[in-house]
Amino acid sequence: MVKTGGTAVEVRLPSRLGFEKVAMGTAESVARLMGFPDARIEDLKTAIAEACINAIEHGNQQNEKLSVGVILSASDDALEVKVMDNGVGISKQPAKPDIDRKMHGEEDPRGMGMFLIQALVDEAEWVKGNKGDGSYVRLVIRLDKDTE
Amino acid sequence: MNNPNMQAETKVQMDQIADSNGGQISVLRLSGDMSSSSREALMGSYAGASKNHPVLLDFTKVDYINSSGIALVIQVMMEAAKSGQKVAAFGLTPHFEKVFTMVGITKYAKLYKDQSAAVAALS
Repeated sequence: MVKTGGTAVEVRLPSRLGFEKVAMGTAESVARLMGFPDARIEDLKTAIAEACINAIEHGNQQNEKLSVGVILSASDDALEVKVMDNGVGISKQPAKPDIDRKMHGEEDPRGMGMFLIQALVDEAEWVKGNKGDGSYVRLVIRLDKDTE
Repeated sequence: MNNPNMQAETKVQMDQIADSNGGQISVLRLSGDMSSSSREALMGSYAGASKNHPVLLDFTKVDYINSSGIALVIQVMMEAAKSGQKVAAFGLTPHFEKVFTMVGITKYAKLYKDQSAAVAALS
């Protein structure tokens, strides 16, 4: 494990689907330096991918003139990730996906991103933009959490 | 500089294999990304599969799956359910086995470690 406490890494992505992989790769590198086990790194990568996809698709409406900001802040025992876009943010959390309703056509088969984010990290918080400041989602994954 | 494309194209190859009782199974061998851009490749290939025998989704060569890709798997399951067709999958990493379980896919499609385990269970 490398001492990474107090370190921050920032990445800016174009608002184009696929570029979430750049954030995933960066997060994987930072988490590996911090000593996260593989299973938690996979959780983090999926959560960050979903947060970036939401920012690209919904926050920035795939407007390539806008970028998605990703800041990874390492402390001694946790990694905090902020994914920022130019949208107004969400006003209400979607309901937990219900596979039976999806299978019966009563619920959109999509719409699982926010659920996955919440399920895979230790903290997830959606912060609405204020006076054009943009919005962000803040994720925290802790080093001391047991894996499976 | 050209705009780079960070999405790996989804490819689907369909194989027909025999189960241990002489029945047939269609195997959709997926590769590349499973994302919103995979719709045509996955749903188009599935449309060409017989509805009279089970379908196996082979994720062994899939590099990346996101929630839009998972939604397409659910759409295959929805189509299959209309004709009572069984759907199962194999070759997922332990992480994506967990994710598929979290979203409830395993209620309608069993996951297996590899093709032989899947074929044995479907026979």
